[in-house]
Amino acid sequence: MAGQAASISLAVAPFGVAFGVLARQADLNLLETLGFSTIIFTGSAQFAAVGVLGDGGTVVAAVVAGVLLNLRMIAFGVVIAPALAGPRWRRAVSAQLMIDESSAVGSAQDSLEMARFGYLLTGGGVFVVWNLATVAGYSALRGAGDLVETIGIDATIPAVFLALIWPRLADDRQRLVAGLGAVIAFATVPLVPVGVPIIAAAAGVIAMRWPRSAP
Amino acid sequence: MSPALLTIVILGPLTYLFKAVGPLAMGGGRQLPAWLERLANYLPAALLAALVVSSSVVNGRQWVFDARLAGLAAAAIALWFRLPFIVVVALAAVTTAALRAVV
Repeated sequence: MAGQAASISLAVAPFGVAFGVLARQADLNLLETLGFSTIIFTGSAQFAAVGVLGDGGTVVAAVVAGVLLNLRMIAFGVVIAPALAGPRWRRAVSAQLMIDESSAVGSAQDSLEMARFGYLLTGGGVFVVWNLATVAGYSALRGAGDLVETIGIDATIPAVFLALIWPRLADDRQRLVAGLGAVIAFATVPLVPVGVPIIAAAAGVIAMRWPRSAP
Repeated sequence: MSPALLTIVILGPLTYLFKAVGPLAMGGGRQLPAWLERLANYLPAALLAALVVSSSVVNGRQWVFDARLAGLAAAAIALWFRLPFIVVVALAAVTTAALRAVV
């Protein structure tokens, strides 16, 4: 599981670099760029919001795009909450490390102890790499977006998520829920703003009510 | 205040609120109600499946079927053969990169 956390942290580096490049192109200063990567710290929302600003969009449009993308954190919070034991201040700090990857690794563990460890290790690792990569992208590397595609880094992301969901698919009902979630996410892509299909896919949990075995 | 700074000032606290509401309201080892525990048991399957879809065949608001899909297939095969996590991820990258280099 530490291996998962490490390889995920490395895999996000090129995206962090790409974000730094994007922020530079959108005329943000370095402090603002880092503000996004430390305070907001959710890759897709950062890309969306800065992308909107870079295209000359309004602050309202940028915020709405970010909010729609990040609403899914409420669902991740429900999933990960039982694992985040301890005093209130520690849970408050741990919550900042909530991203797709840390939530996914945390939810893939067998015990609450391992879930917390996986969540914190992945979230912490990505936080450090993400911010270093943001600075690197902002200050130097051009054409980082091309590099992501050339060496297939973009394909590691779905592979990571598939690897994390894989053990669940052994169970009939988990498989139904996953299938329905995937179908909803796929079908709603052209219909709703970016980020919303993942929220809509949460409705896939109704499949848990289906009978355990087919008649 | 610059537009970027204003965006951070508004979106930052909102994002944190979304992240923190679960852990602060329900965390701390408190026993969850049965229905919520059931929901939390199944929600990851739906969300992870959606993340697989959104990161493999989607760009923005469009379906895009490209070399990423071959990488995902390679990952699935690697998982089927119970290969280690890092190998699964590496195979996905190599397969996608190879296909892009050829096509």
